[in-house]
Amino acid sequence: MDEQLSAPSTQYLTFLLDDEVFAVDISKIREVLEYTSVTKVPRTPRFMRGVINLRGSVVPVVDMRAKFQMPSTEKTVNTCIIILEVATEEGMTVMGALADSVQEVMELGPGQIEPPPKIGTRLRSDFLIGMGKHDGRFIMILDIDKIFSADELSQVQNAA
Amino acid sequence: MAIEIDTSAFTEEAYELLSELEDSLLELEENPTDQDLIGRVFRAMHTIKGSGAMFGFDEVAEFTHEVETIFDLARNGTIPVTKVLIDLTLAARDHIRALLDAAAGGDEADKVEAQRIIDGLRALDPSNSDQPAAAKAAPAAKKGAKAKDEDGPQLFRIRFKPHPEIFANGTNPLLLLGEVTDLGETRVVTHHEALPELEALDPEQCHVSWEIFLTTEEGENAIEDIFIFVGEDCEVNIRALDQEEELTTSPQKLGDILVQRGDIAPGILEDALKPIGDRLIASGAVSQSKVKAALEEQKAVKQKRDQKKKQESATSIRVPSDKLDNLVDLVGELVTVQARLNQISSTRDNHDLQVIAEEVERLTGELRDNTMSIRMLAIGSTFNKFKRLVRDLSKDLGKEIEMTTEGADTELDKNVIDQLNDPLVHIIRNSIDHGVEGPEERVANGKPAQGKIHLAAIHSGASVLIRVDDDGAGLNADMLRQKAVEKGTVPPDVELTDKEAYQLIFGAGFSMAKAITNVSGRGVGMDVVRRSIDNLRGTIDVSSTLGKGTSITLKLPLTLAIIEGLLIKVGDELYVLPLAAVEECVELSAGDVANAHGRHVINVRDEIVPYIRLRDRFEVEGTRPEIEQIVISEVNEKRVGFVVDDVIGQHQTVIKSLGSNFEHSEEFSGATILGDGTVALIIDLGKMVRFVESEEEESPE
Repeated sequence: MDEQLSAPSTQYLTFLLDDEVFAVDISKIREVLEYTSVTKVPRTPRFMRGVINLRGSVVPVVDMRAKFQMPSTEKTVNTCIIILEVATEEGMTVMGALADSVQEVMELGPGQIEPPPKIGTRLRSDFLIGMGKHDGRFIMILDIDKIFSADELSQVQNAA
Repeated sequence: MAIEIDTSAFTEEAYELLSELEDSLLELEENPTDQDLIGRVFRAMHTIKGSGAMFGFDEVAEFTHEVETIFDLARNGTIPVTKVLIDLTLAARDHIRALLDAAAGGDEADKVEAQRIIDGLRALDPSNSDQPAAAKAAPAAKKGAKAKDEDGPQLFRIRFKPHPEIFANGTNPLLLLGEVTDLGETRVVTHHEALPELEALDPEQCHVSWEIFLTTEEGENAIEDIFIFVGEDCEVNIRALDQEEELTTSPQKLGDILVQRGDIAPGILEDALKPIGDRLIASGAVSQSKVKAALEEQKAVKQKRDQKKKQESATSIRVPSDKLDNLVDLVGELVTVQARLNQISSTRDNHDLQVIAEEVERLTGELRDNTMSIRMLAIGSTFNKFKRLVRDLSKDLGKEIEMTTEGADTELDKNVIDQLNDPLVHIIRNSIDHGVEGPEERVANGKPAQGKIHLAAIHSGASVLIRVDDDGAGLNADMLRQKAVEKGTVPPDVELTDKEAYQLIFGAGFSMAKAITNVSGRGVGMDVVRRSIDNLRGTIDVSSTLGKGTSITLKLPLTLAIIEGLLIKVGDELYVLPLAAVEECVELSAGDVANAHGRHVINVRDEIVPYIRLRDRFEVEGTRPEIEQIVISEVNEKRVGFVVDDVIGQHQTVIKSLGSNFEHSEEFSGATILGDGTVALIIDLGKMVRFVESEEEESPE
């Protein structure tokens, strides 16, 4: 147990959404793709950007900015799709997350991460694992399994 | 047996079920009160029993039935799950395996062991405890007659050396040889070294002898019978060469054979190890014909061994379906890359590149077709299996039932077909046992004495419907309700519609049978049906008329099937409509729209057809083209038009799942990947029409 607590720091991939730094545990990430054309699925919520062809399988892509109530992502040369492995009740699914740009892989020790404050983040606190600090900037560490849980995404009909 | 069925499908499945059974039993040992696990054990045994009986493995079915009976008590809570029960059930599992192995040509299963298991299990039954355990008869064994063909053909070496004066008795050795040849495949070597010079030859004497290598299914006795009347006039030596070690190890060396046959002494063999046959002949130790005979023997043994090998490596292999899924995905990628390669090669003026691109295109096309054809199977073979089931079961129950099938060439993904087998077995067994009445009762009710079961497969849009109809007694909704209330599955104050009541039959442990028979009545079967169909993401629809019959329809999505699609364009996006549903395409001009005063109907050759504008439906921004296209389709036996911007053309569509996130999507049944690597969605016309209908009912504008 002690070992776990003083466990070496975890690696995170950081990316930008509207100039804010977000991070995801790197073990959740399968790969990062350049932006490719996304096929829109009609009558889905705004944050469901659509589906892409990932080497033969159809993978849904979520616009992270739209999901967090920011203006929708505009395509730039830096826009990319982070392919994530999400644990759901039915097992592992692969999802894409649209981000403005990917920054770097960094290590954060347990001491550098604080539990998310209940208020003030403009984000639902259950979407966050914690907040990190790096070079004087805040890093929002996301709970990917929560954000991409079936409940969150199956607002399909409700929003339609 | 009039109907030949491939039993390998059953044995393969049974082996799988047995290992599942073992796992469940071991888990159950840890948590002896887990009802779910007990249910799993029970279902596995039930399925083994069911398919066992269907494929004629009566011994397996009978034995499993005995075990199942006791386990049923555990399921009802009559007896606790004890170590003894688990031990015995595990032993029973091993015995079922032994029975299957025996049927596949292995060693005979141990009957004493079977009796010990059954006696042990019966002793656990409290209602049986005062009865002497061995009072009941053991499951009948119907073996014995099979011994001959179980062994398969055997290889014999026959040395036939007639005495010189054999002709004097009027015997013609050639006729004898002919008879031997009739028994099977032969290789004959003639030894003529005893033949004297021409001047010394006495034509009334026989100077030659023969060695025959015979591969035959007849036993040694049959060969001996041939020579029975000439035993005095010749030397006949028959030896089976078919010993296990001779066939499983590599063929014997020529020298060893000669030594073994006593044709040479071991010392000579050591002298002559290089081109052995020639050296032996040269040294005069052995005649040319003897070497030849030995060579023939070696050849025959080798041939036999190769045949045996071929038999052992079966003609079909069972591959985990996720490997096939992977293969299909890879081919899909390859097709996409190939399309890009083609595009690039057509824009470059490079002849070499074009040649390569064309070659890749051809190979990719073949690879794709092959891969797909591996997965797609006609459902006919599955249908045929049920003919036997219906025949045997109806005979057992004293009923006359005719089974008819329809749509046997409907192709379904192998995955789906594999998983369809179990539920269909249970549905059909149920129909035979509970649905169709006995002949007297039928005649009394004014129906023909012979009942009917109709099995049909129909393509319906992006689904396949499998329907099992019988003309039996039908379901009694009131009785179902009553039974459900008795069982406590439904509170007494809840009103169920007939349709809802019919669905009750799929509940675990729900049975309408008054007595438990070998066929059904334990309330497991239909539970299996629902679970399997749920796993396939299909739906079950039951309709029934009391006294007229019951119809159970399984609606299965074409999860990984290929369909012929019609590629259409709405806004900037491409979509695929299932071509099977499309009847025609007509133009929709602004004038037509004005004619209908904005109502969504159009007059197609004097028929009023309502339409759905996909642009509106999909909330596409931008202006409509001047002339739109209407794709007229048949949906749920009604004609409905779908207005699109443009019709692109036909498209071979490999259906990809949209994943769990879009599982409940109202309009799409899947997606496909187009030549340029982008994704196009496949529209589920039936669902869309239903959804629009219900929307318009709710809010008439």
